[in-house]
Amino acid sequence: MLTLIRPTMFPVLRNEDLKEMLESNKESLKLEAMKRVVGLIAKGKNASELFPAVVKNVASKNIELKKLVYVYLVRYAEEQQDLALLSISTFQRALKDPNQFIRASALRVLSSIRVPIIVPIMMLAIKEAAADLSPYVRKTSAHAIQKLFSLDPDQKEQLIEVIEKLLKDKSTLVAGSVVMAFEEVCPDRIDLIHKNYRKLCNLLVDVEEWGQVVIISMLTRYARTQFTSPWKEGAVFDENNEKTFYDSDSEEKKGQIEAKPYIMDPDHRLLLRNTKPLLQSRNTAVVMSVAQLYWHLAPKHEVSIVTKSLVRLLRSHREVQYIVLQNIATMSIQRKGMFEPFMKSFYVRSTDATHIKTLKLEILTNLANEANISTILREFQTYVKSQDKAFAAATIQAIGRCATNISEVTDTCLNGLVLLLSNRDETVVAESVVVIKKLLQTQPTQHSEIIKHMAKLFDNITVPMARASILWLMGEYCERVPKIAPDVLRKMAKTFTIEEDIVKLQTVNLAAKLYLTNSKQTKLLTQYILNLGKYDQNYDIRDRTRFIRQLIVPSEKNGALNKYARRILLAPKPAPVLESAFKDRDRYQLGTLSHSLNIKATGYQELSDWPAVAPDQSVRNVEVIE
Amino acid sequence: MIHSLFLINHTGDIFLEKHWKSVISRSVCDYFFEAKEKAVDPENVPPVLQTPHHYLITIYRGKLFFLSVIQTEVPPLFVIEFLHRVADTFQDYFGECSEVIIKDNVVTVYELLEEMLDNGFPLATESNVLKEMIRPPTILRSVVNTLTGSSNVGDTLPTGQLSNIPWRRAGVKYTNNEAYFDVIEEIDAILDKSGTTVFAEIQGVIEACVRLTGMPDLTLSFMNPRLLDDVSFHPCVRFKRWESERVLSFIPPDGNFTLMTYHVSSQNLVAIPVYVKQNISFFETGNCGRLDITIGPKQTMGKTVEGLMVTVHMPKAVLSTNLTASQGNYTYDLATKVLVWDVGKLNPQKLPNLRGSLSMQAGAPKPEENPSLNIDLKIQQLAISGLKVSRLDMYGEKYKPFKGVKYVTKAGKFQVRT
Repeated sequence: MLTLIRPTMFPVLRNEDLKEMLESNKESLKLEAMKRVVGLIAKGKNASELFPAVVKNVASKNIELKKLVYVYLVRYAEEQQDLALLSISTFQRALKDPNQFIRASALRVLSSIRVPIIVPIMMLAIKEAAADLSPYVRKTSAHAIQKLFSLDPDQKEQLIEVIEKLLKDKSTLVAGSVVMAFEEVCPDRIDLIHKNYRKLCNLLVDVEEWGQVVIISMLTRYARTQFTSPWKEGAVFDENNEKTFYDSDSEEKKGQIEAKPYIMDPDHRLLLRNTKPLLQSRNTAVVMSVAQLYWHLAPKHEVSIVTKSLVRLLRSHREVQYIVLQNIATMSIQRKGMFEPFMKSFYVRSTDATHIKTLKLEILTNLANEANISTILREFQTYVKSQDKAFAAATIQAIGRCATNISEVTDTCLNGLVLLLSNRDETVVAESVVVIKKLLQTQPTQHSEIIKHMAKLFDNITVPMARASILWLMGEYCERVPKIAPDVLRKMAKTFTIEEDIVKLQTVNLAAKLYLTNSKQTKLLTQYILNLGKYDQNYDIRDRTRFIRQLIVPSEKNGALNKYARRILLAPKPAPVLESAFKDRDRYQLGTLSHSLNIKATGYQELSDWPAVAPDQSVRNVEVIE
Repeated sequence: MIHSLFLINHTGDIFLEKHWKSVISRSVCDYFFEAKEKAVDPENVPPVLQTPHHYLITIYRGKLFFLSVIQTEVPPLFVIEFLHRVADTFQDYFGECSEVIIKDNVVTVYELLEEMLDNGFPLATESNVLKEMIRPPTILRSVVNTLTGSSNVGDTLPTGQLSNIPWRRAGVKYTNNEAYFDVIEEIDAILDKSGTTVFAEIQGVIEACVRLTGMPDLTLSFMNPRLLDDVSFHPCVRFKRWESERVLSFIPPDGNFTLMTYHVSSQNLVAIPVYVKQNISFFETGNCGRLDITIGPKQTMGKTVEGLMVTVHMPKAVLSTNLTASQGNYTYDLATKVLVWDVGKLNPQKLPNLRGSLSMQAGAPKPEENPSLNIDLKIQQLAISGLKVSRLDMYGEKYKPFKGVKYVTKAGKFQVRT
């Protein structure tokens, strides 16, 4: 079990040697041994056997030695609970030390030892530390709250009392940590925040960066439960007071729904005002959290102040770009105007990573409108030629989306895509076919030329999805290409057995549709293909074949459906909607892990809808104590 | 928040692990290896991954993966920003952030990680505070330590964490008091085939190196602050003073730090310092192609362009190159298909040129697209936006510091499409 491989720089030492060193009288030997033990832990090797020898050094005077022992204790105490208890008295003593740093570090280690039997001791220590004169010790106690809670959730009620007390703390050092504890232990106890709301808003700028992120995200949730929506039409803001008065048409309706115009709660404004400077933070997480706060809380016309800062983050590390682009993609669906002036910042460079490229593409597509589409399409032309074929394929899909959204350019796009059909790269051709198919469905009346063109290319296309798409088009619009469609079917009859499953399914489809419209020419071919399908290895294909045969070929016992076959198979079908993959992402709060993954992550706190009527504002009033 | 951290090298060995809560088995990394396998290129691995019980957030830096294990909802940027801060700290302490260096300093690394997070929540991330608690290793100190048995852990306890200026350590003393500021501007641009600018902007950063005794309060002002469109500051900068007077007022951290980053307003036309004449073509037959690149000065404001370098990611089909450079050297990496032409100084009298033939894999189709050129360059003593520092004043201390400002312009993401 314990075949330990040591770091190459150290001579090989066995556990016995280390034990001996740890039990020697020399500080330097002990320290050397501890360093090696930590080296083992870092490599993920098991060093638990040394526990008794290590724990004896917990009271050492040497600070570095002591710290390394702490590292060891926190790592192994959970596995060796009985032995870990030996160290407790040392920490209890240190908790009373006159030096605040020693008190804090004792509490830190004590609370990190996950030994259930010491829960009462931890509880006592946390309570005492929460009342400590040093803000640093109080901060440590806020961290300890979460540790105790995860060790023993039954302590919740008592811990909430401590949180309530620490929330009142006026030190910027404590604020971030206690809000973090609040979020972990009792995120639903919004009532604890009321009295501290204004204080937190005012402290925010001076809190350390990580605390800022946590506080901003908590306050976003808070605000959505306490203030009314600033998004109602004709709302009045303290910054422009005109709008409603000109709106005479809807006056009557509004008079019934809300008697008085919207006026923003001063506390709501306070939050917006105090978070704005943080857009200039060097910490990208802080900038993002302010941006999401504005997105979820600010009046619509004020949201755009976050744009510049978000675009600035695109200069940062690749991973930062990835998250920021995801969020911009969601925002840009609803609010094109916000990012349109910065369109060029989303231009793709050949050195970008593929996931960055596709996100930029997504955003450019969202931003496309009548005015800028020609610029965007010109840019897309460069991308289509990219060496990164996955990206080129994504561009083709994007062109398809632009073509359906902006009717002025549909024909241009379609022609461009047809040109791509003669591209040398197979993925490009395949993707073009699929997109053209979707586009033709949206305007089926014209374009039989394009269908003919695709039929000609059919022999050279090998990507199954593309072949299947062409076959589907042939069948769907067979009446517009009456001479070509049967010929394609003839070719398919020859190659049927070696085709992929999706191609086989579409061949059966094509055969059925042709049989219904042109049975004279295709009757035999269809029967042949149905026979092949009947004995196919894949049960889906056998199943489909059986179904189609019953549906189209008249026989004595076949049912009532036969006469509707034509109406079933050749019914006009709704065109597919080409839309953004980010369309529904806004159900998650921006900037969250859930938003990034598009699934509800564990512990995700739903953002509530604005209340129709604002709860009592006076709960936030604080009596000023002189 | 952050449950565990694994450091993984680019071949996929986990060489360090650290847990801030209960131990999580390293088998959780298998999901990451799966994604890494699929992505082929390490830069293409998605930074956020989901596994049945955990979430993995990863950054890739200096050929290393920093993989963090998360159990509950957390803003992903929070974790990413923190991981980069960890990498920055290693860089700051050891001069570089590589597997060898981290393995050699594993104890210091562990001590740092222990201080930077408590129960997964960032505790001390300011380099000034950390350096008070854990001294960075130096050769001299490690010799002294082995001889005397003293340690790297500071015996003074950090006071910075307690003050309302946590970024500055207390009791700083220098015999030579000096403050240097580097204004570094980068041009990001995309030029098209014909040399027209598709997109160009200037991003700037002011890097500071301040070694001043005591608690100096500095004010830095500009001749033309209006140029600055969007700014972000080190936490030490007083935002209110900037809003009202457009000056940077701050008590600096001790040592090196980034004072501010800025973006120059997009209304100003961006000067492009060089032009590129290029002709890259691949022939339908004969499995070969031609390459001809010439670079000349455009808007250099009378300064010399140095450190000129051209990087081209060739199509996969290009087997080898046979080129002659009129100036500098070129290399072609057969494995990565990257052509690098190190030009050096740009001489306006005799323009550097690289030309010759490219030989292609037999039978491979002619590449669809010509590769784009990435340009690197440097111009000393020039901020291309025209930004100028007008003065630096110091309050709060009596001595006269030595002050200096340096300007430099570089190419950022400067790309020429062909």
